[in-house]
Amino acid sequence: MTAVVETKGLGKRYGRRWALSDCTLSIPPGRVVGLVGPNGAGKTTLLNLAIGLLAPTSGVIEVLGGHPADGPSQLARVGFVAQETPTYSGLSVTDHLQMGAWLNPGWDNGLAIGRIQHLKLDPKQKAGKLSGGQRAQLALTLALAKRPELLILDEPVAGLDPLARREFLQVLMEAVAEHGVSVILSSHLVADLERVCDYLVVLVASRIQVAGEIESLLAGHRRLTGPRRDPSRLPANYRVIEASHTDRQSSLIVATDERVHDPVWTVEQIGLEDLVLAYMSRGVEVEKRQPAHVEVRP
Amino acid sequence: MIEFHLDSRSGVAPYLQVVQQVRQALRLGTLLEGDQLPTVKDVVARLAINPNTVLKAYKELEHAGLVAARPGIGTFVIRTLSDASLSAHGPLRQDLKRWLAKARKAGLDDESIEALFRDTFLSVSEEGVA
Repeated sequence: MTAVVETKGLGKRYGRRWALSDCTLSIPPGRVVGLVGPNGAGKTTLLNLAIGLLAPTSGVIEVLGGHPADGPSQLARVGFVAQETPTYSGLSVTDHLQMGAWLNPGWDNGLAIGRIQHLKLDPKQKAGKLSGGQRAQLALTLALAKRPELLILDEPVAGLDPLARREFLQVLMEAVAEHGVSVILSSHLVADLERVCDYLVVLVASRIQVAGEIESLLAGHRRLTGPRRDPSRLPANYRVIEASHTDRQSSLIVATDERVHDPVWTVEQIGLEDLVLAYMSRGVEVEKRQPAHVEVRP
Repeated sequence: MIEFHLDSRSGVAPYLQVVQQVRQALRLGTLLEGDQLPTVKDVVARLAINPNTVLKAYKELEHAGLVAARPGIGTFVIRTLSDASLSAHGPLRQDLKRWLAKARKAGLDDESIEALFRDTFLSVSEEGVA
């Protein structure tokens, strides 16, 4: 099956600063992908490259097997909700739907109207008068009614209160169940993603730190606690992601495909949040040692 | 119909929580043979979770021979877990209550009671295996 997003050595430079470097990814279809990273990591840059709002400085990106923004047929296949779920504040809810219908060849008007009724939005209401949660729902409705194969959302729930956040994700997951749309959503909060995502991409300091199915990532990482040890003397098949030491104790997060047999270690499973944080702090440390933004070009 | 809930702090994988809640309902007799489980879409729309989580849970229950999917209609319970043991629950609960009262009288707090129970349970299970 064609990957929804496939990149090789993808990079984007603004002046002398690389916002995204050497990004190689292959995201299978039918997933809900969580793109996580601190603010300024390059999440928006990657998403804007995927929808064709930006052109790469280096490398290649294919979306659903085509080039991003390569004519109307490619545009029709990808839905996008930008940061802060923007709408036209002077236009009414109905105006938004009409505009959606004019601009999108595959527009599903039944779906759009059904959603607006379900949300109990007043069709005559100006978008500027809607609450943050309602505006986000309107933006999501427009993106869903376009009936895309891939839906890309940039920090869709960042500005929402917990209830609006839950409602937004409910609608999104219902669309995944009903229409089988693939989803990529970015967030700087793991808690937003834990329930909804099954694929994870961690981006820190313009570089991909880890990417894969969440289930296999969790199965492939362990927390080891035991007497103090030099991490460099661990077996070769343990990749240490995070290590902290006290006088007597070492606590490690390691990536390994094998069972840990050494009895000195207490072995525990790790949760998604710990996994993400381990890769995030590793990415930040790597950045401190060798600034990722200064790239030596051949 | 059963309604699922998720505890994101429990450390138990979400799909496993769904499986456990169905098994629990089957054991307590709140789900009976022929009952329908909520559709994937309904569960997803209520809990805001990934549809694959629900599918995986239902598949596991199907594999265990507890439910069966009828394409286009839904997923139905085909076997319960309550069987004859359900009638024994009452007296056993009474015994446990008496035991708990005894443990408290002896000065055990909640944590010690749980630890003692778990420890005894594990050692007896191990004896059973050996």
